[in-house]
Amino acid sequence: MNAKTNITPKIVAEHGLSQSEYELICERLGRQPNINELGIFSVMWSEHCSYKSSRRHLGKLLTKGKRVIQGPGENAGVIDIDDGDVIIFKMESHNHPSYIEPYQGAATGVGGIMRDVFTMGARPIANMNALRFGDPAHPKTKTLVAGVVQGIGGYGNCVGVPTVGGETNFDAGYNGNILVNAMCVGLARADKVFYSAAKGVGNPVFYVGSKTGRDGIHGATMASAEFDDDSDAKRPTVQVGDPFTEKLLIEACLELMATDAIIAIQDMGAAGLTSSAIEMADKGGVGIHMNLDKVPQREPDMTPYEMMLSESQERMLMVLKPGKEHIAIEIFEKWDLDVAEVGKTTDTGRLVLTHKKKKVCDIPIAPLADDAPNLDRPYTSPIKREILKHDPMFDPNERGSSYNAVLKTLLSCPDIASKRWIWEQYDRTVMGDTVDSSQSGGDAAIVRIHGTNKAIAITTDCTPRYCSADPYEGGKQAVAETWRNLTCTGAQPIAITDCLNFGNPERPEIMGQFVYALKGMDEACRALEYPIVSGNVSLYNETNGQAIPPTPAIGGIGLISDLQRHAEISGAKDGDTLILIGETKGWMGASLYAQAILGLNREDSTVYAPPPVDLHLEKINGDYVRRLILDRRIRAVHDLSDGGLALAALEMAFTNDMGVTLNNGPDMPLYAWLFGEDQGRYLLCVDEYSVNPVVSTAQTLGISAKVVGKIGGDRVSAHGGFDLSLRGAHMVYESWLPEYMAS
Amino acid sequence: MKTAVIVFPASNCDRDAAVALEKVTGRSVQMVWHEERTLPTVDFVVIPGGFSYGDYLRSGAIAARSPIVQDIVRKAKTGLPVAGFCNGFQVLTESGLLPGALMRNKGLRFVCKPQKLNIVNSSSMFTKAYKNQTEITVPIAHFDGNYYADDDTLSEMRKSGQIIFTYEGNPNGSSKDIAGISNKAGNVLGMMPHPERAIDPMHGGTDGLKLFKSVLESIQ
Repeated sequence: MNAKTNITPKIVAEHGLSQSEYELICERLGRQPNINELGIFSVMWSEHCSYKSSRRHLGKLLTKGKRVIQGPGENAGVIDIDDGDVIIFKMESHNHPSYIEPYQGAATGVGGIMRDVFTMGARPIANMNALRFGDPAHPKTKTLVAGVVQGIGGYGNCVGVPTVGGETNFDAGYNGNILVNAMCVGLARADKVFYSAAKGVGNPVFYVGSKTGRDGIHGATMASAEFDDDSDAKRPTVQVGDPFTEKLLIEACLELMATDAIIAIQDMGAAGLTSSAIEMADKGGVGIHMNLDKVPQREPDMTPYEMMLSESQERMLMVLKPGKEHIAIEIFEKWDLDVAEVGKTTDTGRLVLTHKKKKVCDIPIAPLADDAPNLDRPYTSPIKREILKHDPMFDPNERGSSYNAVLKTLLSCPDIASKRWIWEQYDRTVMGDTVDSSQSGGDAAIVRIHGTNKAIAITTDCTPRYCSADPYEGGKQAVAETWRNLTCTGAQPIAITDCLNFGNPERPEIMGQFVYALKGMDEACRALEYPIVSGNVSLYNETNGQAIPPTPAIGGIGLISDLQRHAEISGAKDGDTLILIGETKGWMGASLYAQAILGLNREDSTVYAPPPVDLHLEKINGDYVRRLILDRRIRAVHDLSDGGLALAALEMAFTNDMGVTLNNGPDMPLYAWLFGEDQGRYLLCVDEYSVNPVVSTAQTLGISAKVVGKIGGDRVSAHGGFDLSLRGAHMVYESWLPEYMAS
Repeated sequence: MKTAVIVFPASNCDRDAAVALEKVTGRSVQMVWHEERTLPTVDFVVIPGGFSYGDYLRSGAIAARSPIVQDIVRKAKTGLPVAGFCNGFQVLTESGLLPGALMRNKGLRFVCKPQKLNIVNSSSMFTKAYKNQTEITVPIAHFDGNYYADDDTLSEMRKSGQIIFTYEGNPNGSSKDIAGISNKAGNVLGMMPHPERAIDPMHGGTDGLKLFKSVLESIQ
């Protein structure tokens, strides 16, 4: 396409723009756009860049707090962790590209999120990922798992940032649209945080990093559309990553950031040069004039259209202080990276591009960024689910099975079984500060702040089973579970990032899932004083009209001020007592047991209400557990989630390589006691002298605390229920994924 | 003991190595850029892990031809103690200072885990502080750690005490379970595991410390 291309309705539609959006562009310009301008408007107004379906709802979320330095709106969120240190973090989706080309899609997802973080002046210190794949029996699933995991490892391992944790689910609802959500956490000094506002007129605009090629053109538009059977043809829109260049870019940027040469900096992510230039200019209230002949190019004869829409990786745009250009040039040349002055900031408020001495684009910036469509899409409220009542027929023995058989089924079910096959492919120990990672099977990763005695706890969570059944309760639960995970380490939870993965927002029921999930999330954030500081929205996760389960993935960060006072899932001693904090009613609806054993939750008519989260109890239970950890009352701790008490106890047994014995529960069916998924609960492992103080103090605070068993020996058993050898049960837990991947 | 760590583009365990050396020697460590032609005067050099030059071509191949490695090769031949961990080991085999080659892991996957190692030669300048200890646990994290040498070389190495560490349970398909070797003179060590990540009870244990202490003892 070139500047002479005639803009026909077909071309407008191919750019994902509606007729009314096109008319709005003409009105704002006072003329028809040329093809370059149309391309620029189309990516800036794509769902991916403009958040046009979600913006009005995101605006209602809690984004402020006493430790929040920067909330949503910058490349990543910034929070205060004392002593002049800040944590900069964000989670982002790379779903569509990862489905089309799993290795590169996942790898560039990791690269992109790391750039968001070091753009702001932080050295990345930890990566996480939240992955959702289709039914293991689906023919594409295995290839996608293998490719995504290798892509994440291939990028993160090379760059030298530890991948310390994450989560993986399998569900037929993701058969046509997998989710790859990558999170990066970086560390900076509070007085060295960099922002993207291009202030000042006449300042040089610099391009640094890799050359621009023809890859990823219109990636943002692809990510704003549904898939169909021809989606494989979109492979050329997937970018290709080069972690080697990324590593050099990190070092070069951090070296330049240590000087005072930078006014503003922004990575070129989705929509590449277009969105980085426009966002910087818009935030700074200036215009930008760029000479595209100066853009470092990988291929000859690239058109302005291609240069502006390319999503080539490992590139940054920065505005420098005049007179400091040589500092940047010297540093980037030392690191063998391209560096070029491509333009200047102006006072026109317009984006002007020239190419081969001709003006090829001249548009006002404000409408591109601020006047992007802000839709109020219609939505319906989600179906109200019934509560699943206890039924004698739910007991394994009544079903012609046994507790042993049921437990083995749960241990080998894809959502529970060990993910060792995945995390052993990630370098978890580079940088020398990983205190706890996926390796332990614990609730959150713990990464020490280099050279100090403090650390951050990091987790990601979401239970799509719950969100499908009730987006409101599911959204609330996802936030609460991350808070609980962080609490299990003794950390004070500070803030979250979110990655909101949903189907096609043009369908009112999908929009309803989105709106209600956000409502639930926000309620939890406010009750737990746990704001959202960054994130992204990924819509149109649909294939042939089949949407994914609503999946608001949450990434949480907490602060451990003193590593001498923290807890992990390990640390139990033979003979220690297990105490259950939080009340058990035996909630079965939308539980793993209901799905994997009772066969419910498979179709709409068999879905029941998920466990509700009582945010008041959540808070007081968690605050109590944290206090016990700080008082060094607890040897080991684990939260209760999928599979309830039984699975929490077994996971603790596996990590500590000790058996476990569970007592009878209170007055309720044994299956409900063992496998119910009531929320706000923790399993504590304490020595004999701590049992009475822990239980009696809980009672005075109105918190439920019960002795439920002991850890030790070489069997895992529940009174009247299962009884297996520790080794046998552990083998069942460890073998599903490697056997599946080898089959 | 004066020490140096070499920094290539995309070295990523350079800081970890420096932290370990500082902890053991109590002195700051010289970080040496790959374009330097001469090593500063030091008693011990570490070639760190990472993906030098992106590991393009073959792991360690380009780094082995960098200006600084040429000087390391010269000085190692006159007795300068040198250790290469992970990518550093690959650089040392590619440079010819150590025999054999490191190929892609047999499982064709990157593998990161705590790994038990047997100390085969406990009298080397890199292991003497372990004294009677025969087994240590140190993290591994690599894709190309499958050590290969032909049978003659392997038996020659065994005879001359060049096999320093072997894996307990082979994670990558290495010949004779080899995890770490030295040159014939005994002053150059290459190993895939990361002793620099095992210097702290909070992170990977402390089994790596004595490797650095051994060098310190040997040169004093």
